[in-house]
Amino acid sequence: MSRGVRHYPGFGWMTVLCLVILYAPLIVVTVYSFNGSTSITTWGGFSLRWYVDVFTGPEAPRFKAAAWNSLTIALIAATVATAIATAAAVAMHRAGGFRGRSLTFALINLPLMVPEIVVAVATLIFFTMVGITTGYMTILIAHITFCIPFAYLPIAARLQGIDEGYEQAARDLYAGRGQAFFLVLLPLMLPGVISGYLLAFIISLDDFIITNFVKGAGMETLPTAIFGSVKQGIKPNIMAISTLMLAVSAVFVTLSYLVNRVGRKSP
Amino acid sequence: MAAVQDAVDIRNVTKRYGSFTALDGVSLGIADNEFFTLLGPSGCGKTTLLRMIAGFEEITQGEIRLFGDPIAGRDPNHRPVNTVFQHYALFPHMTVRDNVAFGLKMKGMDAASRRARAERMLEMVHLSAFADRMPAQLSGGQQQRVALARALAPEPRVLLLDEPLSALDLKLRQAMRVELKQLQEETGITFIFVTHDQEEALTMSDRIAVMSAGQVQQIGTAREIYEAPVNRFVADFIGETNLIEVEVTRVDGDRAEVVLPGGHRLTCPSASRTGGRHALSIRPERMSVVAEAGADMLAVVERVVYLGTDLQLMVRLEGGAEFHVRLQNSARIAVPEPGARIGLRIEDGAARLLAD
Ligand SMILES: Nc1ncnc2c1ncn2[C@@H]1O[C@H](COP(=O)(O)OP(=O)(O)OP(=O)(O)O)[C@@H](O)[C@H]1O
Ligand SMILES: [Mg+2]
Repeated sequence: MSRGVRHYPGFGWMTVLCLVILYAPLIVVTVYSFNGSTSITTWGGFSLRWYVDVFTGPEAPRFKAAAWNSLTIALIAATVATAIATAAAVAMHRAGGFRGRSLTFALINLPLMVPEIVVAVATLIFFTMVGITTGYMTILIAHITFCIPFAYLPIAARLQGIDEGYEQAARDLYAGRGQAFFLVLLPLMLPGVISGYLLAFIISLDDFIITNFVKGAGMETLPTAIFGSVKQGIKPNIMAISTLMLAVSAVFVTLSYLVNRVGRKSP
Repeated sequence: MAAVQDAVDIRNVTKRYGSFTALDGVSLGIADNEFFTLLGPSGCGKTTLLRMIAGFEEITQGEIRLFGDPIAGRDPNHRPVNTVFQHYALFPHMTVRDNVAFGLKMKGMDAASRRARAERMLEMVHLSAFADRMPAQLSGGQQQRVALARALAPEPRVLLLDEPLSALDLKLRQAMRVELKQLQEETGITFIFVTHDQEEALTMSDRIAVMSAGQVQQIGTAREIYEAPVNRFVADFIGETNLIEVEVTRVDGDRAEVVLPGGHRLTCPSASRTGGRHALSIRPERMSVVAEAGADMLAVVERVVYLGTDLQLMVRLEGGAEFHVRLQNSARIAVPEPGARIGLRIEDGAARLLAD
């Protein structure tokens, strides 16, 4: 008889401790974003003034430009990374064993294991050596690169659960390779592909370290703009904009989870 | 050269996976319009052979021809062959109608004709009412029919069926056997049917290839392989049989004289051309219980098993060998009691000497 994880000594307080450390700061930020006072530590009643400030205050143009960059970069990076990840997953799991398969797998997933700061420095050095001026393009290239493994994981997981019999049935019924992929395999993979896309999107939207290294002067994404603003002192409008980003992330992660769950029910 | 061209001509085909030989020099000719069955135990290479005909598996050695054309190197979509897969592999994201019309669409048929033909195919398998359902909303038997309709819709010249009935319950399986056979006769398409169920093979097939361990053991009609099995494996795999070791005293063409347990001599058809000790196959339903005086063999009854239409006697022969006898359960026969001594008569054609 398994007694269940609850019966391990210390399970209760350990859980509470982890939850507090993880979520207390988020709760504090969210609650204080509705603070009516200009102080970030004393509560001055409920108010939406800092949200208004984000969109109309002195820092608004800066945030708007940064938000636009973040959004377009996330859209493009997620799209390209998802396409590459889908192709990689199909190659890894449908092309049979090929030479260097394990190596390829390691290469795809390497960015998940290498410390981000190392990737950031290396990427910057690479761009400098090749002679590309840092800016929007370099951010985009870097984002596409590190988004691939995040898109790859749910796509590959989904693909592995799809019987090869479906594609073979399609081929047997006179479909060419491309038709078998687009008419049969891709629709069956779709929950994984969407899930991977959403994950890549949110990873790109939230990235700070690598972006900060390769963005070049004058170019900001939302996270770097927030960081820049905080360096001059934390104002309550930062809490408001952070809460907005938190909300967007939460929506995307939930969507990704739901799509995956719906996908798992249908074969 | 054969006068009539074979639909599928398999010439000395070998398939190896690494050092493992899944098929070992298989040669088969399957005629056009034939209902041909590959029969053999699990793992004997039936699916492998089908997959090579369909184009999903490379041929290690040998050649397969479809209507005279070698097909090596031709992609599955360029072979006039369709498959009913063992687990059907219906496209889960398409309706039943779209599943059936898929092959037609790939062949470039226009939407209206496609739809009409899909309707006709669904009618043929009695599923017209289910055209708009998704595969997951069908029972196993219904899915099986959709798979059949989907594979037949593009009018392949050869239909491959990989144990399509194995997931169905007994009643449905029996009904589908009749339907499949009818369908094959109506459409005139060559069916290559894979099964490990000998009853299925015997009831439907024009001819059967019995396979074991990657080799074809015997090819023939149901009657031929049942009544004239060439070796121990076939005799044992097809139907029920008694195999007893006997001494061969004389060989005369395709007949041989053997010494039965107890000393009586019997002349019977033989697949073996040599003397010495060989296996004698005796079908249990071709025996009769007689008085000891006129018997071929004597035995002691050990157990009587009631099987409804039949009775099975499990007896022990003189010399100690176990032996089964099947009697029709009619009111006229006297059922021996366990412990009774009985005489057994081997009817004409019941016994056959096997090659090893
Ligand atoms: N891809 C493969 N790699 C290695 N061995 C394989 C492969 N596919 C099949 N085999 C082996 O080849 C042999 C024949 O397999 P096959 O699937 O043709 O058997 P089968 O007669 O269809 O059996 P069943 O009735 O169980 O479906 C088996 O021993 C199997 O393990
Ligand atoms: Mg099989």
